[in-house]
Amino acid sequence: MNPRRKKRLTIVTSMIIGLGVVAGLVLYALSQNIDLFYKPSEIYNGKQDTGLKAINGQRLRIGGLVVPGSVNRNSESLKVSFKLADMRMPISFSETDATVTVSYDGILPDLFREGQGIVANGILVNGNIIEASEVLAKHDENYMPRELLDDAVEKPANSSYSKNLLETTY
Amino acid sequence: MMWKWLHPYANPEISYHFAGKILPWCARLAFVFLAIGLTWALLFAPADYQQGDTFRIFYLHVPAAMLSMGIYLGMAIAALSSLVWQLRLADATAAAMAPIGATFTFIALITGAAWGKPMWGTWWIWDARLTSELILLFLYLGVIALHNAFEDKNLAGKAAGILALVGVINLPIIKYSVEWWNTLHQGATVSKLGQPSMTADMFWPFVVCFIGFAFFVTALICLRFRSEILNRNSMRPWVRELVATEEKVHAV
Repeated sequence: MNPRRKKRLTIVTSMIIGLGVVAGLVLYALSQNIDLFYKPSEIYNGKQDTGLKAINGQRLRIGGLVVPGSVNRNSESLKVSFKLADMRMPISFSETDATVTVSYDGILPDLFREGQGIVANGILVNGNIIEASEVLAKHDENYMPRELLDDAVEKPANSSYSKNLLETTY
Repeated sequence: MMWKWLHPYANPEISYHFAGKILPWCARLAFVFLAIGLTWALLFAPADYQQGDTFRIFYLHVPAAMLSMGIYLGMAIAALSSLVWQLRLADATAAAMAPIGATFTFIALITGAAWGKPMWGTWWIWDARLTSELILLFLYLGVIALHNAFEDKNLAGKAAGILALVGVINLPIIKYSVEWWNTLHQGATVSKLGQPSMTADMFWPFVVCFIGFAFFVTALICLRFRSEILNRNSMRPWVRELVATEEKVHAV
């Protein structure tokens, strides 16, 4: 390569590497703000990497799985409350999971069901209750036809969904 | 020299005719693949167990999003070779690609919103994936604006090229945003190592659709590349000759 081209190439590559490093550091510094939501366990223990804890009265987003059997609907209004546990793949729940309670007054998304991933936006009260103003459904990246799901229920080893969970969701 | 075979294509006239030759083939292949792929995907592929038929927007959303990033990478490579080796045609290529990439980014954002409303419950959320894809759209718009901001095409190409190269940093951010941060957007289904997270009867229609869209994009780039060359060389004798013969053929 002739020297002028070499010089230009060096300038361009060093510019890109420099900006890449800058962008990387900025994103790293901002990472706790870029995270869309807290996990339920992080409400108790603080953010995983920074240890930052949410305080009462703070507006935040919480993301987790709806604990089966925890959904309470008010029969006279749209008020609903449910518990969220940390998202885990494959989906599973245990008694020892840290959970937070979300209470919400409004229309839930179509995908809302027990065992479903949910992101709720609301205000933290009493340390572990979120009064949500918005509830969004978060689905995973797995797609499959209905028939295969029935097979998966028979052979849970093939699927990331546990058998009893699928039964509770349908 | 290993790049010697490439040298004739630095000549605008040869490149113009070469792009003209591959254009109809790309267009035909795009038509065939898209006709088969979209029919298969929209009518015959099975519905998702959870999302039902709404899931079919996947077949438009994912190819558009992947191509929006692919076109950007292509544009950045063209910009790099224009800055380092000062190939005039590389500038024309980058200028030809930018509006197409912007359109596909826009399609990815719009189809994503249309998918997000029924499934997530919202048109838009400022999560890392959605925001970084929106930044990609702004980068494209900036590149287009810079290409048109200067009378001198070389200067315009240089300015737009620098922006295009700087914006490359956004590509890995878009790709890995769903892994690095908590997002509402789900992880990768197909663009990852290992098996896709969908069954074969859902995956193959996607492959056909993707190839169709890729040929469609190539055809559009050829089309715009040709008009960029004509625009930039309008004073050259070979262009005048071309126009004269065309006028003779289409004379009223």
